[in-house]
Amino acid sequence: MTIAAHPTTTRPAATPATAMKKIVILGATSGIALEVQRQLARQGRELLLVARSPQRLAELQADLLVRGAHNVSTYSADLASIQQHAAVFEFARRTFRDFDTVLLAYGSMHDQEDSETSIDVLLQELQVNFVSATAILTLFAADLERRGTGCLAAITSVAGDRARRSNYVYGSTKGALSLFLQGLRSRLHPAGVRVITIKPGPVQTPMTDHLPNSARFADPEQVARDIVRALERRSPDVLYTPRIWRYIMTAVRQIPETIFKRLSI
Amino acid sequence: MSSQSAAALRKQFAAPPPTEQILSWGRYPKSAHHHVHKPAWNDQVPDILKAAVPGFLLPYGLGRSYGDSCLNAGRDLVDCRRLNRILGFDESTGMLRSESGVSLSDIIDVFLPKGWFLPVTPGTRFVTVGGASANDVHGKNHHCAGTFGAHVRQIGLHRSNDGLVICNSEENSDMLHATIGGLGLTGVIAWADIQLKRVAGPWIDAESIPFQSLNTFLDLNRESNDRFEYTVAWLDCFAGKNARGIFFRGNHAADHGKEFHPRRGPKLPFALPSWMLNRYSVKAFNMAYYSIHAAKKGAVVVPYDSFFTPLDSIRQWNLLYGKQGFLQYQCVIPETNLEAFAELLDRIARSGMGSFLGVLKQFGSAPPAGMLSFPRPGLTIALDFAMRGERTLRLMQSLDEIVRQSGGALYPAKDARMSPALFEASFPRWRGFVPYIDPKISSSFWRRVTGAQ
Repeated sequence: MTIAAHPTTTRPAATPATAMKKIVILGATSGIALEVQRQLARQGRELLLVARSPQRLAELQADLLVRGAHNVSTYSADLASIQQHAAVFEFARRTFRDFDTVLLAYGSMHDQEDSETSIDVLLQELQVNFVSATAILTLFAADLERRGTGCLAAITSVAGDRARRSNYVYGSTKGALSLFLQGLRSRLHPAGVRVITIKPGPVQTPMTDHLPNSARFADPEQVARDIVRALERRSPDVLYTPRIWRYIMTAVRQIPETIFKRLSI
Repeated sequence: MSSQSAAALRKQFAAPPPTEQILSWGRYPKSAHHHVHKPAWNDQVPDILKAAVPGFLLPYGLGRSYGDSCLNAGRDLVDCRRLNRILGFDESTGMLRSESGVSLSDIIDVFLPKGWFLPVTPGTRFVTVGGASANDVHGKNHHCAGTFGAHVRQIGLHRSNDGLVICNSEENSDMLHATIGGLGLTGVIAWADIQLKRVAGPWIDAESIPFQSLNTFLDLNRESNDRFEYTVAWLDCFAGKNARGIFFRGNHAADHGKEFHPRRGPKLPFALPSWMLNRYSVKAFNMAYYSIHAAKKGAVVVPYDSFFTPLDSIRQWNLLYGKQGFLQYQCVIPETNLEAFAELLDRIARSGMGSFLGVLKQFGSAPPAGMLSFPRPGLTIALDFAMRGERTLRLMQSLDEIVRQSGGALYPAKDARMSPALFEASFPRWRGFVPYIDPKISSSFWRRVTGAQ
């Protein structure tokens, strides 16, 4: 048998890594999740939506079914509260059996100034973006690891690549979550479970409406397209979206700390 | 004082009042807004209404109204585009419940593959359900289907004092009648029930016929009204009284397959320099358009988008008119007054200021679906004028005079400048509409034409 020097098979990246069929969305009413769900619905997937408001979940369910989702289940829970996680996980395991993908999409961004002056706000930001996120990811990770299949993805932020004066509290919670995912990826790799860190740049969603220049932020539809593609394919481990942020953040990370601390960004 | 409330106070006083430049489709007038609310869920709307100062809000959709009816200068807008969920659909009857921010484009994309289509399709698909209802828009099938509002069976309306009001033919029918064509002034539409119609597929059996006089145009209408669901004409506005144009008519094709892939057209990246559009370039365009269509007259099968919304294939075509923007003039003139219509065409031709898009349509006799609905029996013409300052406004004023004397009307959704007197003449019963206005809502247009505060 001869081995071809140049394999003739085309781009392995285009082949689906897992048959993504049943997706659990944690934080289904978040701005980016809304767009991701629409695109998944158009592809005829099955979805389990988890969010706080039963009313909003019902509206989403109706919308996604008309738009082509094969099946939409909902579960109402406050994911910031770790006490409720066991029930969420049980519901997924029992009624949404053999789900293959979990996307964590919720997060909170308080005004930076508030999280500097109020310890309560600071701790709440940590609780929502990091503590509760790692807790629920750990629950789902164990299940996928045992089954030896599937994909875990979480939305962090480019703000977590380097903490800035103007939003270091939010940034550090997202940076911590990115680190956590890094470790989780390494742990789940032998089991064949993928872990994707999604790092969006600023996106036009309700979370960012109050920021200056929010009209110039990325279109959530485009960001969602990138996310859905990442969920379908084997690579990458870390997704920057829009793509330009991979290069911007590479540059930003190179700035020496003695200079960076003087920048009022 | 706790540190938290100190921070809140500091923020409140330090923040400069936001000024957001929101433009309507004509990019004239240019007005700054105080704040744009962007509710993502209907459950957030009541609080926005409650917290507002009287007359400070106006619901806003895709901003395709041409003038100032979608603007609220110096005040707030409620951008409804995130209220874009389809709340239900009955496969057996075609009844759709849609939130107000869903676009007609979205509805076509979701429902055409299932064999359903909009009951009325306006000249652009990039309008929201809320906007199509609030302007009671019309389409090429007005002569047989009436306006969009005639197919809106029920509306859920957020009112600042009464919460969510359900309006249909039995319950609050007067509020339904006021809200359809009500220019967004009666409340924020939460959702609307729209009766879609069955179609075989995305194709249209279309026919184009050149004509060279108003009488031929009317003959073509008479001959086509019973046989064709859709009729419209393009008019060369440099031809004057002789009314040269192309008559388009069509029906949904019975069987031409369902396979169809819409194209995404080019996009105008920035406002063109205004010298590019002058009487010579536009005249040349019109002559070419006429000759090309006259040469390929006859019947063809075309995809629905090129038949209904040809301009949508060039995104942001409004930038064609340069930085100063443009004004659209759409009036209706009773058919008993054909001389007035001819005079209007003549004046436009002589001004040399007309543009590409003279659109001519004979309205049917369907009763109006809303208190302030624009369509009524007669001939309607819509055309663009690049904004060239005083002389553009003067020309339009002279057209106003013809419209008023002929007993015609001007279309608020297209207007940025009509006088209170012409509004009164166009909508003599507008005072009966006033009690239905939500006290928290107003618009630049409404203040301009009625003197309301």
